[in-house]
This record gives sequence, C-alpha cells and structure tokens, in this order.
Amino acid sequence: MTTDEGADQRSAPSRVRPPLTRREEWLRRRRRRSTMVASVSTVLTVVLLQQLITRSSGWPKVKQIFFNGSRFGSDFVELLGYLWIDVKLFLQCAPFILLWGMALALCRNARSPVLFPLRVFAAAYTDFFRGVPVILTIYLVGFGIPKLKLIEGEFHFLGMGGAWNSVFLWGPVALILSYSAYVAEVFRSGIEGVHESQRAGARSLGLTQAQTLRHVVLPQAVRRVVPPLMNDFLSLQKDVALLSILGIFEVFNRASSMKNISGNFTPTVAAALIFLILTIPETRFVDWYTARERRRTGGSVVA
Amino acid sequence: MKRSIIAAAALAGLLLAACGDDEEATPATEAPTTDAPTTDAPTTDPAAGGDAAACAEGKTLEAGALVIATGDPAYPPYVLDDDPTSGEGFESALALAVAAEMGFEGDAVSWVRTSFDSAVAGDDSNFDFNLQQFTINDERKEVVSFSAPYYTANQAVLGAIDGPASTITSMADLKGLKLGAASGTTSLQYILDVIQPDAEPFVFSSNADAATALGNGQIDVIISDLPTAIFWAAAGSEFGGIDNTKVYGQFPLGAEGGDQWGLLLVKDNPLVECVDLALASLAASGELDTITTEWMADYAEAPLLPES
Repeated sequence: MTTDEGADQRSAPSRVRPPLTRREEWLRRRRRRSTMVASVSTVLTVVLLQQLITRSSGWPKVKQIFFNGSRFGSDFVELLGYLWIDVKLFLQCAPFILLWGMALALCRNARSPVLFPLRVFAAAYTDFFRGVPVILTIYLVGFGIPKLKLIEGEFHFLGMGGAWNSVFLWGPVALILSYSAYVAEVFRSGIEGVHESQRAGARSLGLTQAQTLRHVVLPQAVRRVVPPLMNDFLSLQKDVALLSILGIFEVFNRASSMKNISGNFTPTVAAALIFLILTIPETRFVDWYTARERRRTGGSVVA
Repeated sequence: MKRSIIAAAALAGLLLAACGDDEEATPATEAPTTDAPTTDAPTTDPAAGGDAAACAEGKTLEAGALVIATGDPAYPPYVLDDDPTSGEGFESALALAVAAEMGFEGDAVSWVRTSFDSAVAGDDSNFDFNLQQFTINDERKEVVSFSAPYYTANQAVLGAIDGPASTITSMADLKGLKLGAASGTTSLQYILDVIQPDAEPFVFSSNADAATALGNGQIDVIISDLPTAIFWAAAGSEFGGIDNTKVYGQFPLGAEGGDQWGLLLVKDNPLVECVDLALASLAASGELDTITTEWMADYAEAPLLPES
C-alpha cells in the first residue's frame, strides 16, 4: 500500500486521484463488508444481552439495589470527595515499590558467590510475599507491627509524617512489601532477557561488572518491562482500597459504609466507576506508551 | 527470615484467637447496628395496673406459670453471675418485674436458655418471652414478635485509660481526635453529620478490627452504642473486649433511628399485648427508669457529654 501511494505521488503530482485498480476496489469492498458484519454482530450481541438481562425475573430487584438512579448522583459526588485519599496512598507507595523491587531483583541476579545469601534472601522474599494473600499482609503489618510498640512518638519524612503506629504508615508499608515482590520478578525477567552477548560485549570494552549492569543491562531491561510494570501499578491503584480493612476511610470504605446502612449496593457501583475513571486513562497511557516504544525501536524489541 | 516467620506465625495465632473470642462474645452485646437515647415508655395505656395479669391468664405455655428465656451464658450488666433468677442485672430485674406485673412471682417463674441466633430466627418456642438485647427491626418482625421497647441505647465514647480521650469534657472536644466507628452504624453517621472531625474518621468492618486499632493506639476513641462500649471496657481482651479502656462519656442520639431492644416472643403470640401492658405500667410507675438507671447508667459510670 505505502509503496503504491509513494509511486503514485511521484508519477502524478496533481490532486486528482487516479482511478482505483481492480485490486484496490476489491480490497475496499472487503473492508466495507467486514465493517458491516462487525457492526451488525455487535448490535445483535448488545441487544441480545440487554434483553436477556432486563427480561429476567430478578432484574427489577437488581436494578433497584445495584443501579438505583435516584441515589446514584448524590452517592457519586459524595464518593468523589474521597478519591484523593486513594490517589495519595498510591503515589506514596509507587516510588518505594519501584526502588525496593529493583533492589530485590538486583539481589536475585547477584553473580558473585560472596553475595549468595542475598540471592537466597531475595528468592525467599518473593516466594513469601507473592504467596501470602495481600489482605493478610496488610493485617499483619498494619495491626501487628504497631502492636509490638517498638517505637513511640512521631516521624517526619519527605513532607509526610505522623505517629509511628499510624495505619497511614504501616498500610502503605504492607502494600510496598507485597507489591515489590511482584515488581522484583518483573525486573528480574527484564534483566534476564537482556542477551548474554550484551554483557560480554560490554565487559570486552573494559566495563566493570557494575558498569555493565548500570550502563548496558539495566537501561535495556527497564525499557522492555515497562508494559508489565504498568500492569502491576494499575492493580496497585485498585488494591489501595484493601487498606480500608485498617480503617482508612477512602472511596471503597465510604461506599461500603453507605451500603451497610442502607442495604443498597448503588454506592459500591459508583465507587467502581470512580476506580474506572482512575484506571482507564492509565490503561490507555500504557497502550500508547507501548505502541510508541515499538515504533521507536523499529517494530522489534531490543534483543 | 526464620525469626520473622515465627513472629508472623505468632501474630497469625493471635489474630485467630481474637476471632474466636469475638464469636463467643458477640451475643452478649449485639453487633452495634444502630443506637440512640435512654429509657423510654411504651406507648400503651399507662393506667393499666392489674390489667396485665388479667390479660396474661391462660395465654402462657403452661397455665399459672411463666417461662422466660435468656442467653447461654448471660453476661453482666444484663445478668450478673450468669444467674437470671437472682434479679441481679438489668434484664434479670426487668424480666422479673414484667413477670410480677403479669401476676407471676416466685416459683411460677422459670428460666430456660436459648441461643441468640436461633431465637431471632424464630426456631425456638420453649419460652413465653425471651430477652438478650434483641434489637427490634422489621426484618426480624417477619419471623418473631416483639414487645414495645424497654431500652434505647445511648452512644458512648470509649478510649484508652490515660489516653487522649481522658481530657474530653464535651462533644466539641471530640473534633480533634482520631475517631473510630464500625461501618454502617448510626455512630458513624453521627460522626460524619454532627461531630465533623478535623481528620477523616477510621471505619472498620468488624468490631474486632476496631478494637485492635484502639488497643494499638492507632485511633483515640471508638464511638459506638453504650452497651457495646460497656462490654468492651468491662471484658478483658480474652473475652473479645479491649484491655485498659474505659467509657469516657455518653450522649443521646436524635429521637429517631435508635437501637431499641424489645422482649422477643413467638410470632403472633397473644401474650404480646399483656407484656406491653406490663411494660407500660412499669414505665408509668417509674420502675422501668429505676431499673435502667440502677443497672445500665451506673454500671457505665459514664457522664453525659454536653454539646460544647
């Protein structure tokens, strides 16, 4: 296609489009036809689903309990006021997850025999935190560690601060512990995916082991793991809501307390929409970024 | 690593133990669903004195005898020493007073035990009336009958002994504290609508979680209904309570939407109107107030908090 057009432009600079070749006409018909089939099939599916759901005997009840229009608007606005808490918790966790995850991945890939204990530690850590349900980690860290009463008083760090036993400290710590295990695995796969010849080449140029890692391996590794990494962070944005078990009054917790007092689930549906408002742009961004990277690297990932 | 695994296992064990205790403890206080102000009078004709006795004749399970049910075990302040026959404890005293109004005294009154859950589900029928802090609500009314309310729970402020709550003298003082409440309760609604604290409140899905946070000092106070707060402060942590806490104050909610307790009867039992007559008569004579104050208010020793 592209080469054809290029040739046309060179041979005929005028604005008048040349008549379509038979092949192009056939292609165009094919495209129209498939567009039509796709539209009809989509409409049919939607109508069928809609009929199936709205005609079921329980639908009026479901509509009343889950999609109650008369209260949705006010619930949504009320919940929107708590969105910032979720975003803030996410922003507090994310950088530490990246740092700690990377540290774990580096430990796991340590090659020197002296560092063998580090490798064992990193492996055990990822096994443990990927195996334990996040919610249990949150309970253990959020309620368990403050119960030890190791430190009293207050802390201040990077503009954040509060009591040492605060759930706003230990809740995010629990998420960081848990998520860094997943992120470490992502980084590790990226590091291991960089071909051995890259290391060999770097070492033969006289770079030290550390320099090789810093200037050759990591840049390639990090770039190729951005999409799966984004995936983990999307998941983190939603899992921030799990901190509500520690009492943190964020969107989901507010919604469930509204649900508990009214017996109507519409607030939780509104909360779900709010999370979608957060995550859909993030998802689109990941897709856009991935596509851009693919274009930049000429259609293939660095090998 | 090994040490942290042991620590983790120990913590998990503690959590499990806490859960177990909680299950045993809940029937004693009724999960804090909704709540409100002190004693109140049933609305039936207050002049009825001997009417309750005449009414009850022939309507009990056995003629000339009354069978009252309560929980197993029954807890203070509702029943002291798990002995309802003594008249010691709020519900024990109240039940005997109602029985007396209906003409049953001494040997004519006998006690049985039922579980909370099977009684509210309408599965038991071996009693004339049953009392163990049953909250009256519409859902339950579909399977059992309730008398007029004999108690409406106040809200209470529960905090650690010598903790940040020890300085409060009014509702306004609560604004600056870290407040905790259980999800979906009138207590939470009250915090959001009336107290409007400086920081967001902490909201827990279970009593055990709220209790843990208070025990850890992660929140300053729990706002709950008074009976629950009393129980938490009185019972040690091994019984689902919270160690080193006390009730710092109580305050009434608005007139509507309180957590009202009623005597539970088998669905559509004709005895209901007789029980209501008896309660009305007790309210009119002031005896209901006396019993309530004796066992509930003094037990808590919690001052009424002014608005500001």
